[in-house]
Amino acid sequence: MQIDLRTVTIKPLRQTFDNIARRIGADKPASRYQEGTLDMQQEANYHYRPTWDPDHLIYDRDRTAIRMADWYSFKDPRQFYYGAYTLARAKQQDTAEANFDFVENRGLAATLPEDLRATVLQLLLPLRHVAWGANMNNAAVCAYGYGTAFTQPCIYQAMDQLGIAQYLTRVGLLLGDVEVLDTAKQSWMDDDTWQGLRRYVEDTMVLKDPFELFVAQNVALDGLLYPLVYETIIDDVLSAQGGTPVAMLTQFMTDWHAETRKWTDATMKTAAAESGDNKEVLGKWVTHWRDRAASALLPVARIAVGERADELTAEVVQQFNARMAKAGVAL
Amino acid sequence: MSTVFLALQTNEETRPIIEAILQDNSNAVVDEQPAMVKINADGRLVVRRETIEEIIGREYDLQEMQVNMITMSGNLDQTDDEITLFWKS
Repeated sequence: MQIDLRTVTIKPLRQTFDNIARRIGADKPASRYQEGTLDMQQEANYHYRPTWDPDHLIYDRDRTAIRMADWYSFKDPRQFYYGAYTLARAKQQDTAEANFDFVENRGLAATLPEDLRATVLQLLLPLRHVAWGANMNNAAVCAYGYGTAFTQPCIYQAMDQLGIAQYLTRVGLLLGDVEVLDTAKQSWMDDDTWQGLRRYVEDTMVLKDPFELFVAQNVALDGLLYPLVYETIIDDVLSAQGGTPVAMLTQFMTDWHAETRKWTDATMKTAAAESGDNKEVLGKWVTHWRDRAASALLPVARIAVGERADELTAEVVQQFNARMAKAGVAL
Repeated sequence: MSTVFLALQTNEETRPIIEAILQDNSNAVVDEQPAMVKINADGRLVVRRETIEEIIGREYDLQEMQVNMITMSGNLDQTDDEITLFWKS
């Protein structure tokens, strides 16, 4: 008996869901990111308004001053949907664990000069509270913003900030003892150095406009804090004084900011390009929150770099301005 | 001129690569076969890292493509930034 093998091509009847096909065309397959993002948020059948805010729908375009014809024109360049996001972070978590193990097993924490260790604890540990505020803020943007394309990355950002707070706690426990956490909380609550930043964090927590909150938190504060504290102070200034082990422990923060910056820039660019009104509103918000963040961070930078704080902060602000100009936001 | 080609598996990972190749090569012709996508081009075909990175939104190492590559034909010139297939005349 002879059997002939033959290949049969089966053309799929449809490439993707109808709602995706309406956006990208029916002839091509959609990526997982597109399928997990486009039109995900429910739009119809909201005949009851939320009792806690009867002026708005549960998902309402009017909560923000930013106007978009289509809220799905935002695109996360990292294309994170749940799967891609968790895979990416799991990989980074492995790296971070390896770094912590390396520093711990070789007793590198003990090799830090005493004054450097104290500086690192004073500078980094109160930032746990800033990260926690960022977690709350991003969860709020996700809750009150409109459209999955804009809100989805915010909940990832919220989880990332929680992770960062945990890494900072572990740095504290590695370099000191449990009481360093209490000391840091004390500084956060009472120390003059931190009150500007604390006020910033607490003021953003009551912002009603989700897009303004996004600007205040992810663009302005993170856009200055991470380059200043992690990229400049830890990776450059303190490393040169023998603080390389600390730079290993905060590697995630540096990498994370370089990555999330792509998303915040893309979001600003899309919103600003939509209309002149958007551009004006964004410009106003960015200027306002940038100035507040810069002056709040100045005393914090002084902890580690003293006199040079002004110069370094000015440098970071300048880079930030260039970033915003590139994203099409006029300051 | 003779044809060079590149054959990739059809899957989630190769889709952006194929898209990038089509963007960069106006002379490329796609031949979709069961579980395989063959890209033919007259004389020359370039795969650029930058274009792929733009589409997938992360850093990409051109070596990653080998995992999903079935076969190719042509002389190969590979750098960190691009892979070029061509026939030496």
